[in-house]
Amino acid sequence: MKLFPLKSNRTARDASQPSLCDLEPGESARIVAVTSGNGIEQRLAEMGLTSGENVEVVRIAPLGDPIEIRIRGYHLSLRRSEAGLVHVSK
Amino acid sequence: MSALIVQHATRRVVLCGNPNTGKTTVFNALTGFRAHTGNYAGVTVERKSGPLRGSTSQHPVEIIDLPGAYSLAARSADEMVAVEVLLGFREDEPRPDLALIVVDASNLERNLFLATQVIESGVPCAIVLNMMDAAHANSIVIDQKLLSQRLGVPVFPAVASRGEGFDTIRQFLTDPNGAPPPPPVVVPFPAAFESAAESARKAILDAGARAEDTPPLLIRRALLESRGMAEELLAKRCGESARHALTTARVTLHDAGVKLPALEAHVRYDFIRNLLDGAAQRPQSRRETHSDRIDRILIHKVWGTAIFALLMLLVFQAIYSWSAPFMDMIDGTFGWLGGLIEASMPAGPLQSFLVNGVISGVGGVIVFLPQILFLFLFISLLEDCGYMARAAFLMDRLLNGCGLSGRSFIPMLSSFACAIPGIMATRTIEDRRDRFTTILIAPLMSCSARLPVYTLLIGAFIPSRRLFGVVNVQGLTLFAMYCVGFVVAIPVALILKKTFFRGATPALLLELPPYRRPSLKTVFWRLVDRAGAFLKRAGTIIFAVSVLIWAATYYPHPESIRSETEARFQTELSSAVNDDEKATIQDEVDKAVSGAYLRQSFLGRAGIAIEPFVEPLGWDWKIAIAALASFPAREVIVSTLGIIYDLGADTDEQSTDLRDKLRAATRENGQPVFTIPVALSIMVFFALCAQCAATLAVMRRETNSWRWPAFAFAYMTTLAYLGALLTFQVGTALMH
Repeated sequence: MKLFPLKSNRTARDASQPSLCDLEPGESARIVAVTSGNGIEQRLAEMGLTSGENVEVVRIAPLGDPIEIRIRGYHLSLRRSEAGLVHVSK
Repeated sequence: MSALIVQHATRRVVLCGNPNTGKTTVFNALTGFRAHTGNYAGVTVERKSGPLRGSTSQHPVEIIDLPGAYSLAARSADEMVAVEVLLGFREDEPRPDLALIVVDASNLERNLFLATQVIESGVPCAIVLNMMDAAHANSIVIDQKLLSQRLGVPVFPAVASRGEGFDTIRQFLTDPNGAPPPPPVVVPFPAAFESAAESARKAILDAGARAEDTPPLLIRRALLESRGMAEELLAKRCGESARHALTTARVTLHDAGVKLPALEAHVRYDFIRNLLDGAAQRPQSRRETHSDRIDRILIHKVWGTAIFALLMLLVFQAIYSWSAPFMDMIDGTFGWLGGLIEASMPAGPLQSFLVNGVISGVGGVIVFLPQILFLFLFISLLEDCGYMARAAFLMDRLLNGCGLSGRSFIPMLSSFACAIPGIMATRTIEDRRDRFTTILIAPLMSCSARLPVYTLLIGAFIPSRRLFGVVNVQGLTLFAMYCVGFVVAIPVALILKKTFFRGATPALLLELPPYRRPSLKTVFWRLVDRAGAFLKRAGTIIFAVSVLIWAATYYPHPESIRSETEARFQTELSSAVNDDEKATIQDEVDKAVSGAYLRQSFLGRAGIAIEPFVEPLGWDWKIAIAALASFPAREVIVSTLGIIYDLGADTDEQSTDLRDKLRAATRENGQPVFTIPVALSIMVFFALCAQCAATLAVMRRETNSWRWPAFAFAYMTTLAYLGALLTFQVGTALMH
């Protein structure tokens, strides 16, 4: 069901570190770094995605994008293109 | 001294907070639903305010609801308004006396991000710890005294949906001694940052800026946000040299090893973590909440999608079918009222003006109310309970392909019933470019007003055959007409996103709030608010257009036309044997008279004048008149065709008389006017054209400018013409 190529896969593969996109639903990890891109890293940080924080992927939307995560005790959904910027260590 | 009249200044309190914190419920609880909605000057941001319930004339208090935001790092016009108000930079909104920050007690960590930013603005602050019930349910224990002490501002626990805690808040707001001054420092930033901000401020002041234009808060915000709205605001007020000072400060910080874009979040969240340590206890192990359980079904891969589809079907059904009897009732009432006036007044311009101008004009506005109310009932319920965010989550991928986001789904779906509630529903789209794109393509969705046009022409000209023994050709044509608009909307959206609304695809950072029971009171007042906004702002424009079009179809109105037409029927009338026959002939005469008047009216003349332009579409002047007359409301084509073909205005799309007349209509050379390509060409034209004054008026209101409705009208009319041209030419070529 790949109607449109997902930009995020490329971003994720470029980096040596796994990103939020590489986590399975139910998996948790610690954020290591957030790649800067178009000022979006500041918005991610404001929503609580800062390095050192624990994050859990809750589920993936039926069409494969976006994904739902739990961070700082609340639920947030973001597209793979942004999730790919968030590098984690499992 | 007793005669001295003291003018008491109104204390102005702004409400701020994250989305999904129950801010609207707090606002309603404080004002008792006596809200006044308006617009901030120059932007499409709604300003909602109301007097505090229980405040006296000695100590009047006004509550102003600021747009919800996650951060003062403004990215949209909404968020910028909040920053400007807190700084006292807006001429239409003086600096508030108090900021009441609404936070969700069950989600303190992220909520305090904005709260600490607002406290730093220097406006006296207080915090409403809303949704204490949800916090209890999640076993979160909050020491509000300690919290208040650490933040340096008063903290009030509350459950806004049940009105709990509001006596204390109201007492605090009416206390003449006022709120305590805000603490000078809340979140300590690194010394290097503070000194860089201070030198940037000095540099800007040295360059000639006024001290009131350079509040430390603005300098700090401009420095923290790389290329944000705060920098634009600073450059606007202090000149372009301010940017230079900021760049210098950023370089200094970079050299000192301070990573700027991430700095604020790190410092603030670290501070909040320490602040909450001991003041708010989360349970050690996280238990599954009721929201988790609901979500397991509602956004399940299979069940979630199925439930979503069912829900949307229900919404569509409500706008399309449930509202129909109410719309018929409104139609009937206005028709009856018109008949009453017609019967009790002599015929003439005044009678026609009242019946066909005023009454049908007012009726044409009110008839949309049932659809608007049904749609907003659903939207309010879905939004309040938290499902709307899930709908956007489910649909985002689909719409992302057209450059839009999941938020556009419900407005687009609603537009299949009627573009007016659809356009009004775009308010839930945060991104301005996405919102405007959705508004501009919404009228392309085939609305219910197009259905009569399709029904009439399909019934008259499309053979009722079955294709491959299963698919009815008539049904297939109807389906194709519904697809035309939708299919055309995709490239239009893509082009709009590449031209007028160019820019990086906005990130979707969508909070999925816990499910909550919607407050029926809030839902009710939202409905009243929306209905009022529609009637007041759009209604006046729709009414004015209706009157104008009435004039164009009525004037000129020489008496000679009636007498000439009647003279033609004179022999028939005199040879009538009984009263019944006489009445029948008289009826014929009346219909012929109104047809004759329409043909020579200004609109009729315009239709004849544009015949050469519509010739390539396969139309004659009668169709041209009908199409012109239906620019204010497309369904008017049916009754206009009725008048042109001398059947009277009461014709409807099911009328076999009209179908027969259309089939029998011939050109001067004896060829039939209507062929299948002509019928299709008219339908495609109606599918794509912006023939709805009400939609354009609502567009004007929602975009706060005539520019966008004018643009929508131009592009849709062009598309409609080209589409009809293509249909007729290709259709004719295929038939031969």
